Amino acid sequence: MVELTIPDEVAVEGVETGRPVLEVDNISLSFGGTTAISDVSFDVRAGELFAIIGPNGAGKTSIFNSISGVYIPQQGSITFAGEDVLGRRPESIARLGVARMFQNIELFDNLTVLDNIMLGRHNHLHYSLLSAFLFAGKAKRAEVANRRIAEEIIDFLDIAAHRSFPVGMLPYGIKKRVELGRALAMQPSLLLLDEPVAGMNVEETEDMARFILDIRSELGISMILVEHDMGLVMDLADRVLVLDFGHRIALGTPAEVQADPAVIKAYLGEELG
Amino acid sequence: MSTTDTVRPDPAPARPSRAATRSLRGRPALYTSYASELAIFNTGTKKFWVGALVVAVLLLPFALQRDMVALVATVFVFAIGGIGLNLLTGYAGQVSLGQAFFLGVGAYTAAVFGGESSRGVIGLGWDMAIWLPLAGLVPALIALVLAPLAARVRGLYLAILTLGLVFIGEHIFKEADAITGGAGVGRAPAEPIFLGFNLFDRYEVFGYRIDRFTTFYYACFVIFVVMAVLARNLVRSRFGRSFAAVRDRDVAAEVMGVSLLRTKTIAFAISSFYAGIAGALLSIIIGRISPETWNFFLSVEFLAVIFIGGLASISGAIAGAVFVVMLPKLVNNLTGFLPVSSGVGQGGILNVFELQTIIFGLLIVLFLILEPRGLYGLWIRVRNYFKAWPFSY
Ligand SMILES: Nc1ncnc2c1ncn2[C@@H]1O[C@H](COP(=O)(O)OP(=O)(O)OP(=O)(O)O)[C@@H](O)[C@H]1O
Ligand SMILES: [Mg+2]
Repeated sequence: MVELTIPDEVAVEGVETGRPVLEVDNISLSFGGTTAISDVSFDVRAGELFAIIGPNGAGKTSIFNSISGVYIPQQGSITFAGEDVLGRRPESIARLGVARMFQNIELFDNLTVLDNIMLGRHNHLHYSLLSAFLFAGKAKRAEVANRRIAEEIIDFLDIAAHRSFPVGMLPYGIKKRVELGRALAMQPSLLLLDEPVAGMNVEETEDMARFILDIRSELGISMILVEHDMGLVMDLADRVLVLDFGHRIALGTPAEVQADPAVIKAYLGEELG
Repeated sequence: MSTTDTVRPDPAPARPSRAATRSLRGRPALYTSYASELAIFNTGTKKFWVGALVVAVLLLPFALQRDMVALVATVFVFAIGGIGLNLLTGYAGQVSLGQAFFLGVGAYTAAVFGGESSRGVIGLGWDMAIWLPLAGLVPALIALVLAPLAARVRGLYLAILTLGLVFIGEHIFKEADAITGGAGVGRAPAEPIFLGFNLFDRYEVFGYRIDRFTTFYYACFVIFVVMAVLARNLVRSRFGRSFAAVRDRDVAAEVMGVSLLRTKTIAFAISSFYAGIAGALLSIIIGRISPETWNFFLSVEFLAVIFIGGLASISGAIAGAVFVVMLPKLVNNLTGFLPVSSGVGQGGILNVFELQTIIFGLLIVLFLILEPRGLYGLWIRVRNYFKAWPFSY
């Protein structure tokens, strides 16, 4: 994955010293009467694996949607790579370097695995409409060069056997990998993973965990992981944010969070209720 | 899986990945390089059939009556318009009923720049090398202006909005006497004079007399082939992928960095460019343009082209064009055996036009239910059947 390198500043700085790539400040989001996010703040440092946990409906996906511009919080601010991104269109935030896996797979079903991953390269392909019509010169060179990157991602995720099938007909676990591949193809500096192992068996979960660790160690991409699998979160994450009913109830290292009375109460409450 | 340990990102210099090193003999489905996989006519069989088809098309005028040659030229023209609509509706997922309007704009643009002026109707009489591109560009520009509006609505609303465009267009065409000749009158189309050669003249080539309409027929074929190849290129480029992404999941497409407005605008403009070229050529085949030609039913015929031929497929649009243009001829020949009349108000249960409309409607519904990929999908099934032969199930 030679060409999949990450901007120097991100790769060089360690987690401890890293300055924040993402700063979320006091955001609040509501839909009519329901409050999805209420006054939540956190930051994600360069190279960090940051986790967000919380019971169903706690607002985790809403936070992802706010970061990627699908929802616009009514209050607060979101700064990514030094730029205020609140209110920007999703495609412009994507261009700044935010990539994403969705909770419910959102692949382009009629496109092949390869084309889905190539779509992740969309903003790295700059040839003109005219050159696309002729498919010569710049367009062809760019396609061939980027195909090589896409093939490397396919090899990395071990999905070469599926590369020319439409993703609609692939099994769930493979679709999840393709979605990860499509996000990686964007060469993001921040990767949002919304329940990447939900519905997976132990083996598939281990594979996915290994991919996440590889991405972190070899590519140095900052990540936010939303996951209900507590074992995975506590194993992988540098820091954990705990949400309940849209509120931030804890933020700290896995050990700190696990010992937090508010967290224990929220999770016990859920189990009892 | 035990293999995951070995598929770590490879820090060594870019190792040629699997597809690049494949070179299995006798396996045409495997490609030896990206470049060859990206080529269009990448197999020998495809090359052979395309070659055979081209020869057939070139020889056709020597075997057929003039009205049949005109019919085949109409197929090329419908294929051009159908490919354009398929880019917008099949690939980008934006159902448009407005194709007839853009065909009309193309026809009138061509007529204004390339037609003769007569009795208060404008005609500049320029060369086809100028009016043909303009016949595409003017509709494309109009589409660019309308796109911000059209890109904001989707599904049924876009269909209704573009339907409105056809009605408004028909009204404008009827009123703008200086350009269109007005309702019930019409005007002469553009003159097919390309770089000084009149494509409607008789020519002698190697002692062979080439008939009056034949040169124009060849011109339609060449324009069709060029535009089909360009479209085929477009759909495998980043633009084609973004069309499909917007069609399949628009929110995800945006989150991947695809601008919805930009993508829909490009699809709309390109589709209108194709429609405009088709309209200009169609008006020359018809011989006279009246404002009533560019109506809702023409739009439905183009939808029939792509729904019957196959959504999101260039070959499908071509197959659909053959079908939609040839079917009326077939129906006409059958009228002797059916209780239908050949014109309006001549008795019988139905007239031919009503029967055609009913058949198109039924076919669209049948294909939508049974084979959404249209004739192209049927062909794929047949081909796969024979690929597996003799082990077919
Ligand atoms: N588009 C929307 N319209 C209305 N309400 C919404 C919308 N999106 C989210 N909500 C509400 O916001 C709250 C938070 O939802 P969200 O999807 O962010 O939860 P979550 O933490 O991701 O839950 P889960 O673990 O089930 O995925 C819920 O009450 C949900 O019903
Ligand atoms: Mg969620």
